[in-house]
Amino acid sequence: MKILFFGSLTDIIGVADLCLNGITDTDALQQFLKAQYPMLSSAKYFIAVNQKMISANTPLKTSDTVALMPPFSGG
Amino acid sequence: MSNNERYSRQMILPGFGLAAQEKLRAAKVLLVGLGGLGCPALQYLVGAGVGSIGIMDADKVSISNLHRQLLYSETDIGQLKTTVAAKKISEQNAAISIEIYAYAINKQNALQIIKDYDLVIDGTDNFSAKYLINDACVLLNKPWIYGAVYRYEGHVSVFNLGSLPLTQPLINYRDIFPQKPYNGEIASCEAAGVLGVIPGIIGTMQAAEAIKIITGIGKPLYGRMFNYNLLEGNSYEIEMVKIKDAPTIDQAFFNTMNTDISAVVDCDALDIDIEEIDTASFIQLRTNPNVFVLDVRERHEYPAIDFSHAQIPMSELRQAIFDLPEKELCIICHQGIRSIYAGQLIRAKRNLKVYSLKGGLTAYFNKVKA
Repeated sequence: MKILFFGSLTDIIGVADLCLNGITDTDALQQFLKAQYPMLSSAKYFIAVNQKMISANTPLKTSDTVALMPPFSGG
Repeated sequence: MSNNERYSRQMILPGFGLAAQEKLRAAKVLLVGLGGLGCPALQYLVGAGVGSIGIMDADKVSISNLHRQLLYSETDIGQLKTTVAAKKISEQNAAISIEIYAYAINKQNALQIIKDYDLVIDGTDNFSAKYLINDACVLLNKPWIYGAVYRYEGHVSVFNLGSLPLTQPLINYRDIFPQKPYNGEIASCEAAGVLGVIPGIIGTMQAAEAIKIITGIGKPLYGRMFNYNLLEGNSYEIEMVKIKDAPTIDQAFFNTMNTDISAVVDCDALDIDIEEIDTASFIQLRTNPNVFVLDVRERHEYPAIDFSHAQIPMSELRQAIFDLPEKELCIICHQGIRSIYAGQLIRAKRNLKVYSLKGGLTAYFNKVKA
């Protein structure tokens, strides 16, 4: 599956997208990412699966695109 | 007749006509912030014939504004943005009624001012103002148009749009991001940099959303977050939902939140230069016994760090400045922004050598992991 990162999260991950497989749901995805990128633990963001924001743990398929979107404040 | 001539190119559009033009003339829009987002938004609202516009900003024009705030000229430097903007837009369209608020939005004035407008455009550059606008608009049942930029990316969305009586709760900013980031947690344009066209594009889109909402044409970006990426030349749209643990915004919530807005910065400290060091220098420096490593993140921030350091959260730092040892200070935080501000606060009171870890622990962990 494809994971997209936006705004300040690309500074933490170092890239704007990752391809990951074998992750079953969004909780497992977050756990994996936070272990790999510790600074993600204190970042604020919402998660969208296939361009729809989620409000609870959501199962993931290989064909899914997941987005992690942080807030921006510049103007 | 002259008005019909002035607006003829938009009035002949399918679905627009005299009816839409009349709605624009009758509309009252409050624009909070006259910076990179606010300038283009204002110019297009005035051009389109929005009848009454409130403009709110405490700042004066500075030279670093001119690359993106195209309403202002070199001769305007040092003057209040509201004064300059009011003069320029009255030259652009004398029929527009302008209300000037030459001060920042705060908890005391927000409800009083916003209640007289149909909608609010957020042209601000900080989270405190965005959350305050959101909470005030929820209390007053007003829609607001959010815009924000980060480096080469921009966000646009419409929050709290719906007519009474409500059939379901409206989506507001706290449904998406319930907790306000700390000051400096996410870099501002000043710290992160910005290309002038980014707020130009986003501010113009905010004006477009305002025109759509007022006239009823098209489909507003309500319930949708639009992300524009200039470098990639693409956009990404996300359908938003209310999260389960979103706070209920009522008068009591409003009274207890939004307390920090007038105390965001201590202006006298901001001119002090703080030396930034990279991760490699930091790794050397932190083993020096004369160096005191100070983490200014809040207590619940992660990750934990495995080298010796002291932690005084930014929220408690002011009270602790005179407890700091007579040592060289190396200050660290999440992104290396709060640490500079912490260094400035300390240097304003204490004569200590102060360093800030450039890029913060984000840069540190990227380097250590590599």
